[in-house]
Amino acid sequence: MRPSPKPASTARETASSRRAPVSGQRLVILVATRKGAWLFHGDARRKTWVADGPHFLGHTISHVQCDPRDGRTLLAAAKTGHLGPTIFRSTNLGRSWKEAQQPPAFANTNDTLPGRSVDHSFWLTPGHASETGSWYAGTSPQGLFHSQDGGGTWQPLASVNDDPQFRKWMGTVQDGTPDGPKLHSVIVDPRDPAHLYFAMSGGGVHESHDAGGSWSTLIQGMEVVEGFDAADVSFHDPHCVRLCPAHPDRLYQQNHCGIYRMDRSGDPSADRWQRIGRKMPKRVGDIGFPMVVHPRDPDTAWVFPMDGTTVWPRTSPQGRPAAYITRNAGRSWQRLDQGLPESQAWWTVKRQAMTADAQATPALYLGTTSGELWIGHDEGARWSNIARHLPEIYAVEVAALR
Amino acid sequence: MVKVLIPGALRSYTGRSQLQADGDTLDALFADLDRRFPGLRFRVVDEQGQLRPNMRIFVNGIGVRDLQHGLRPDDFVAVVLALSGG
Repeated sequence: MRPSPKPASTARETASSRRAPVSGQRLVILVATRKGAWLFHGDARRKTWVADGPHFLGHTISHVQCDPRDGRTLLAAAKTGHLGPTIFRSTNLGRSWKEAQQPPAFANTNDTLPGRSVDHSFWLTPGHASETGSWYAGTSPQGLFHSQDGGGTWQPLASVNDDPQFRKWMGTVQDGTPDGPKLHSVIVDPRDPAHLYFAMSGGGVHESHDAGGSWSTLIQGMEVVEGFDAADVSFHDPHCVRLCPAHPDRLYQQNHCGIYRMDRSGDPSADRWQRIGRKMPKRVGDIGFPMVVHPRDPDTAWVFPMDGTTVWPRTSPQGRPAAYITRNAGRSWQRLDQGLPESQAWWTVKRQAMTADAQATPALYLGTTSGELWIGHDEGARWSNIARHLPEIYAVEVAALR
Repeated sequence: MVKVLIPGALRSYTGRSQLQADGDTLDALFADLDRRFPGLRFRVVDEQGQLRPNMRIFVNGIGVRDLQHGLRPDDFVAVVLALSGG
């Protein structure tokens, strides 16, 4: 493997950054698709990308993540259409993989709650920087799991998976989306490994301060679909929740019912989600799946709107794909579509399929369900295609190699 | 010993499609297979001990979903994926 080049001398520091951003690192894009996983290795300028794949051709890969603690270990959440779910791990950037000895699996049924079976691991989150080998997984049906050995074995969190209140909020598989109800947006506060968040598509947002021993809901201010009771946690449908890495008291959320921001005050009873999506153009709306936050600037975030009218096509409004950026925490939004198709482009970008790198001037990356991988240089100002003809893209992550 | 047919999707575990294994029930058979090929059982049988929905097992040509189904020496157990597409 080629060594990483030294950071370019043009690395820029902004007033709000705590860590010096770097330029010129070698990046790898991790693309999870319905039919396998691909790695795309970039040059230092993020202009040339070399495809490495398929890995697990024919397997449904929900998520591939690189461990930021070592910059080389990969975890892939996999199943096939028929076979049960598992997790694969590579310590050599995908040259070889080993299967988890004990992938996420629900505990046996007890007397009060019916037993469930993990259909697939949906969301992978590396644990806190101080906890080598720690990982979290969110599953479908909804479950939260923790590994302490780098993804080899996984333990269920009974405080979520077997708690009668959570199980009531989760409902049954029939209550969920046709693809199966998901537990997603597992977040570890970079300041505190015991401070966790997660969200459920149908089931709200939840927070723990004791590493998952106990949980409280965080839904104040969130709206629900007309006709549903907003006081019922199970009617809340967050699509994607993100925490600002450099300012962890700020969270952004793309919800079924719009775009939200929350600023933690220290008093949870006072914290409310604010619908910043009201400032989006009415013709476009503020419905979507992904939410991307800037690695250093808490006022900057990106969304990818989709059509949520009538039967919920979930495709680009008017067939014109665009990302939208806010640089002032949601007070205003600007359209970013230069280089994207201008008409008859009916794109869907899933909640894990848009991300940003942490370079001095971040680029955005997105993958469509029609198998196209795109890069948005200069924070999404100029888009160009990296790959077409991939299978349906489920997730896109980008990692800096070490 | 019973004869077992392993589908293509699981050959990454066994290395071959036809093999012999031990068990007086399907459950015991999968325990034997999992000892020899770690991880194989969980791809076919879920954590509640149920045959996964899109997997099928035929014992001497008869479809069986009950893992307590008894097996006799020289039975032929075919593990197959339910026919589907996409």
